[in-house]
Amino acid sequence: MNAPPQLVLGAADWLEFFFHYLSLSLLAVGGAIATIPDMHRFLVDNNAWLTEAQFNASIAIAQAAPGPNVLFIALLGWNVGLNAGGYLSGLWGIFLAMAGILIPSTLLTYNAAQWGQRNREMRTVRAFKQGMAPIVVGLIMSTSLILATASGHSLDHWPLWLVSAVTALICWRTKLHILWLLAAGALIGWFGWV
Amino acid sequence: MSSLPAPDRPRPQSITDLFVSFTVLALQGFGGVLAVVQREFVEKKRWMTNEEFIEDWAVAQVMPGPNVINLALIIGGRYFGLKGALAALSGMLAAPLLIVLTLALVYAQFASRPEVAGALRGMGAVAAGLIGATAIKLAKGLKTSVLGWRWCTAFGLGSLLAIAALRVPLVYVIFGLGGLACALAYRKLQL
Repeated sequence: MNAPPQLVLGAADWLEFFFHYLSLSLLAVGGAIATIPDMHRFLVDNNAWLTEAQFNASIAIAQAAPGPNVLFIALLGWNVGLNAGGYLSGLWGIFLAMAGILIPSTLLTYNAAQWGQRNREMRTVRAFKQGMAPIVVGLIMSTSLILATASGHSLDHWPLWLVSAVTALICWRTKLHILWLLAAGALIGWFGWV
Repeated sequence: MSSLPAPDRPRPQSITDLFVSFTVLALQGFGGVLAVVQREFVEKKRWMTNEEFIEDWAVAQVMPGPNVINLALIIGGRYFGLKGALAALSGMLAAPLLIVLTLALVYAQFASRPEVAGALRGMGAVAAGLIGATAIKLAKGLKTSVLGWRWCTAFGLGSLLAIAALRVPLVYVIFGLGGLACALAYRKLQL
C-alpha cells in the first residue's frame, strides 16, 4: 500500500476540485453512488490526490456509519485535505466537496417538488406519480437484493442471506425496533457466524 | 408531492422538530436511511401514508442528487418551505458527519480486527433485509393504483429484473420503463 501523497494545493486546484463536484451534482441521478467511477478517475487516476486505499476506505467507512451514504463524499474531501496539509484543510475539503455535490441538485429538487405540490391536480403530475410507483417498489427491492449479495454470489454466503431474509420477515411482520435487529446482526458477525 | 395533510393529521410541530426528527432518523440508518424513513414517518409518527411515501420517493429518485437527501428536502419543504427543507437537510447530515469523521480518525486501529469486519458484514446483511421489508410494505400501497395490479406487478418485476439481475444503468430504467409506465397511467387517467 502506498503512503498518502504530500500535496500542495493552490486556489486553482481547490477551484477545480469544487467545480468537479458541482458538475457531478446534476449527473447523480439515482444517487451519489452512481458517480463513484467518475470521482475515482478524477481523484485517483488523473490527479493522484488520493491513493486507491484512501478512496476505498472512504466509501467503506461511510457505508458502515449511520446516516446517508453520500457522506463518503465528505470523507473524500477530508482525505484530500489531509494529504494537502492537515485538519484545517481537511475541513475545507469537506466543505467544498459537500457544497459542490449538494447545491445544484438541492436547488433543482426543491423547486421541482414545490412545483409538483402546487400542480398536484394536473394530469401529467398524477400520471407521473401513478406510473412511477411500481417502478419505485421494484427499485427498492433491487437495492435490497444487491446489498444482500454484496459479498458475492457464491452459495457459501447462505448464512448472510438467511440473516437478510429473517430480518425482512421480522421487520415486515413485527414492530421490533430496527436498532435491535442491527445489534443482533453486528453480534452474529462479530462472533464469526456469518 | 402529495397534498398537505388534513389538519387533524400528525405533522412536525416546528422547524426544530423537523431537525431533531431527521437527526434521530439518520442516526438509526446503518447501511441506508430508506427503511428507517418508512418506519419512523409512516408507521410511528404517521406524518404520511405508504402511498404518499412512494410518491415522494419517486420524485427523490428521479431528481439528481442523493435520494435520501432529496427526500428530506421534499418532506421538510412541504411543511415549512425552504427553511423546513434546510432544517431537514442539516438534520440528516450534521450528526452523521461528526460520526463518520470520528470513525475515519480511528479507522486504522479498527480495520485490522476480523471481529469488526464481521460485525460490519452482519449489519450489512440486516440492512439489506430491512430494505427488503420496506419494499414489501410499500407494495401494498400499489393497490389503489390506476394502472391496476397486473401492470403494477409487470412494471415492478420488470425494474427488479433490469436492475438486480441484468444490471441495467438506473437512468435507462427510470426513463425507459418509468416513462412507459407514466404514459400508460396518463392514458388511463383520461378514461
